[in-house]
Amino acid sequence: MTRQVWRMEAGGHGIDRAAPRSFAFNQFRLEGYAGDTVASALLANGVRLVGRSFKYHRPRGIFGIGSEEPNALLRIGAGARAEPNTRATVQELYQDLTAATQNHWPSLQLDLGSLVNVAGALFPAGFYYKTFIANPKRWLWYEKHIRRMAGLGAPPSEPDPDRYAHANAHCDLLVAGGGPAGLAAALVAGEAGARVILADEKPALGGSLLLAPHQVNGLPGHEWAAAAEARLSAMPNVRVLTRTTVAGVYEHDFFTLVEHCTDHLAEPDPQAPRQRFWCVRARDAVFATGAIERPVAFSNNDKPGVMSLAAVRGYRERYGVLAGRVAVLFANNDSVYATARELAEAGMRIEAVVDPRPFVSEAAAQAKADKLHVLTAHAVVEARGWRSVHGAMVAPIDRNGQPSSAGRLLACDLIAVSGGWNPAVHLHAQSRGSLAFREDLAAFVPQSAGAPYRNAGSCAGVYDLAGCLQQGYAAGAIAARALGFEGAEEPLAPPAAGDPVGHAPPLWAVPARKGARCFVDFQNDVTTRDIGLARRENYVSVEHLKRYTTLGMGTDQGKTSNVAGLALMADKRGEPIPAVGTTTFRPPYTPFAFNAMAGGQGGEIGHAVRRTAAHDWHAANGAVWTDAAGWARPMYYETGGRSAQERIDEEVLAVRHAVGVVDVSTLGKLDIQGPDAAAFLDRVYTNRFSNLKVGRGRYGVMLREDGRVYDDGVTMRLGPNHFHMTTTTNRSDGVFQFLEYLLQVVWPDLRVFVTPVTEQWFAAAIAGPNARALLTDLAPGVDVSNAALPMMGMAEGQVGGVPARIFRLSFSGEISYEINVDADYGLALWNAILTAGAAHDLKVYGTEAMGTLRIEKGHFTHAEADGRVTLDDLGLGMMVSGAKDCIGKRSLSLPDLVAPGRKQLVGLIAAEGERIPIGAQLGRKDDLEAPQKSQGHTTSWAYSPSLGRYIALALLKDGRARHGERLYALSPVMAERAAVEVVAPCFYDPEGGRQHG
Amino acid sequence: MLLIPCPWCGPRDETEFVYGEAAIQRPADPHALSDAEWTEHLYFRDNPKGDHREFWFHRVGCHRWFVLERNTVTHAIAGAWPPGEAPPRRKDKA
Repeated sequence: MTRQVWRMEAGGHGIDRAAPRSFAFNQFRLEGYAGDTVASALLANGVRLVGRSFKYHRPRGIFGIGSEEPNALLRIGAGARAEPNTRATVQELYQDLTAATQNHWPSLQLDLGSLVNVAGALFPAGFYYKTFIANPKRWLWYEKHIRRMAGLGAPPSEPDPDRYAHANAHCDLLVAGGGPAGLAAALVAGEAGARVILADEKPALGGSLLLAPHQVNGLPGHEWAAAAEARLSAMPNVRVLTRTTVAGVYEHDFFTLVEHCTDHLAEPDPQAPRQRFWCVRARDAVFATGAIERPVAFSNNDKPGVMSLAAVRGYRERYGVLAGRVAVLFANNDSVYATARELAEAGMRIEAVVDPRPFVSEAAAQAKADKLHVLTAHAVVEARGWRSVHGAMVAPIDRNGQPSSAGRLLACDLIAVSGGWNPAVHLHAQSRGSLAFREDLAAFVPQSAGAPYRNAGSCAGVYDLAGCLQQGYAAGAIAARALGFEGAEEPLAPPAAGDPVGHAPPLWAVPARKGARCFVDFQNDVTTRDIGLARRENYVSVEHLKRYTTLGMGTDQGKTSNVAGLALMADKRGEPIPAVGTTTFRPPYTPFAFNAMAGGQGGEIGHAVRRTAAHDWHAANGAVWTDAAGWARPMYYETGGRSAQERIDEEVLAVRHAVGVVDVSTLGKLDIQGPDAAAFLDRVYTNRFSNLKVGRGRYGVMLREDGRVYDDGVTMRLGPNHFHMTTTTNRSDGVFQFLEYLLQVVWPDLRVFVTPVTEQWFAAAIAGPNARALLTDLAPGVDVSNAALPMMGMAEGQVGGVPARIFRLSFSGEISYEINVDADYGLALWNAILTAGAAHDLKVYGTEAMGTLRIEKGHFTHAEADGRVTLDDLGLGMMVSGAKDCIGKRSLSLPDLVAPGRKQLVGLIAAEGERIPIGAQLGRKDDLEAPQKSQGHTTSWAYSPSLGRYIALALLKDGRARHGERLYALSPVMAERAAVEVVAPCFYDPEGGRQHG
Repeated sequence: MLLIPCPWCGPRDETEFVYGEAAIQRPADPHALSDAEWTEHLYFRDNPKGDHREFWFHRVGCHRWFVLERNTVTHAIAGAWPPGEAPPRRKDKA
């Protein structure tokens, strides 16, 4: 166990020294405190090396202190809960946490992957694309190896066991960010009575006040922030969400927030959600998202021990950790002088402050006077060390940033770097606000003109604390008043002392030393040289630069690298930075679990299963399920030991020779009533319905406006102005919407009401030679003789003791009755059928048997009518009445639909013992390899137990003229084929006598 | 996530609705149109970068069709009306 060698004796307002926590880091057992992040605890223990970089496998250390961290990505947890690529700077420490480093083999210390680093010249930006072009045949070999090398963490192989939740909220004002500006805005708006949601990604509010010893109103900044948090939490109209990132901004004031509920807990409540995905509709928002410090690129600037200056400052202030013993501080702005004083007071030796500016600022002069070793007009040109920094090469630079000598080596174990700040404009940009480049800050700031939401504080380019508070109060007050809370008052901003930043001309990079790399994007290993390469290869637009070099494409989305990258490209193009511009900002701001978006709606809940009234019976009796339009439908019923095909064959033969029953409740049902109902059906169906007798039904087909078949079904006439339409399962919603469109938009003068009643009726079809006998037993009070209830007739009465409508229609081609009852009595009817059916050898059948039966009869479904097919293609052209118009009729005379050579419906019978492959194309030659012209394709397949052969329906060019022809059904994808004979599309009882008896 | 103002139910999340089609008028007598004119009606649509009038259906709600004017770039919604009640389009458009 290592002691916490770099933890100060006292200090660190974020940790609780009375609550020690021990944890595992790789094979080590380390100690920290409650309040630590894994990063602060690792630094406290003197741990430097925390990973290997993505491409070059270079040793990497902790760089920053927040969610912008590019390097310190660890795998936290084990088993199904393991989360790779977790930022050590964000992960809060809990007792017995396990953290493991990633992307190295065999070990972190000795990683063979670093050979890539040595061969680095072969792997510049864009090398991957070039492997495709250079030698395409070898690519499959390269790809295997590239895949093994690429990637950072490894995900767990088990499903995610955690729970996630969704929450919806409305508010008047959403404040993104709980730093000084955000707190100020929330306080004002909250006090004015507005409903406020304040979200901050950290566990405590305060933002920058937590990471530096600023004073507000005489209090240390973090105490002022804690008091503000308490005040806000006490307001009933304010919701404070910590550990919550505002992830995305969408249209119509819709915001997504991700709350991390349990990742900081050693033993989370198993009922609690791990993450909560908030969908918030806010009337207005204030973005107070702060600014992210940007580094300066110099040779080997990616070494462990090179860190962000503000992070080093924050580790001391919040966690009581010194990130090194001997430091060189390198910064182009005055914040370095206050930081140097704080670190020196805490016991760190400040070897030098290296200030690249060509002038001596007041703060620099004061520091020199205070005997700090300050080197102005100098730069750190190289970091020295192998797995960790042991020195900084420092050289004087001229006005153009060029070193004027080789420089000298300053021994140190920490190089803290600051190149200024980039306002976090992500949310503003997502909301389609535009950006302006401020030369004085060398940064993109939000343009308020035309911006949908206000920005306040350092995200708006205000870097002094008093200014941030003042902007926050103003934004909160103005927003609240605009929302109708007239009492909102902007208080006088309390006295606040931050520290000045001073004039900070930008320094993006120091020229690279020969053979050394200057990193711009740490996470994706993108160097200044890669940017130069992109320029030379003409990938000069900012979006090309991003994708060619992968700059900004890591999990950190370039938070510490995007602006430097585009600035360097601007320099190479010889243009001002705004001419290059930024890439598009897209949500989410930081990564979160997919399951959070699913929000516990995975599995059964996400796919809301629609159950018929007999669902539980099916489930208890071996149903093997399929999904149709969200309904659970049994494909067939398993019994011990029989194969699926055997079961399906049994069900088919039962219907052909005895009687079967199938649950057909899922088919769409529409109740259509009104004086114009019959006329309406005439306009919608291709055949006439206005002459249908009451108490009879007719099979109808609907077309789309383009003449293709849309849907089909039997419609029964229940009364002069009353019809019961059926549709297919999958089109029940679509047909209803379509009919409503016609009635509401196209023909509003028609007096028709359409009511979807699919779920209100349970329907079971009994089919087979014994069906009539069975129905007689079930409905003794109803005359079900062939005369009283002929094909397409209907009857009403008690069936199995339940009031029912009986429709005589047949999909299977046998005598068949569809019995409809109130869905509440569905199971009672089903049980009655089964009980009475025992005496008639009744078998229950599912969709697979139903499919075989209808294929044997050549009845088409959407498998044939796939949106490209007309009634004439299906051989049913005679269904289009010549005497009236209908939807789609106009299109039937378009040239395409009357041209010869269209594919037409045919049947196929396979040669004995051969199976027609699913999805087969039809060809003249029995050859799976050589290209040949496809004659058509198969649409439905079945084994016909009645014929003892495999059969199929197919669409074949000029099919009706080709009956008797021998062709081959070919599936090159499955490497299967069969010899087939083309026949008429009806394999069983073509006269139809069986269903009419 | 659009917030769509159903003329009967008020503003609701877009997940309650289904997009229909551009707010075109079905020709009263399709058989009076030439093949070219009918094909134009079937397949050709304006694709404006700007305000677009379209039919939406309140599927999880009142089951009414209505006309929505929505900006295809910003999603700003200018209005929603029952079929046949949308005011004439403004001629002056940028």
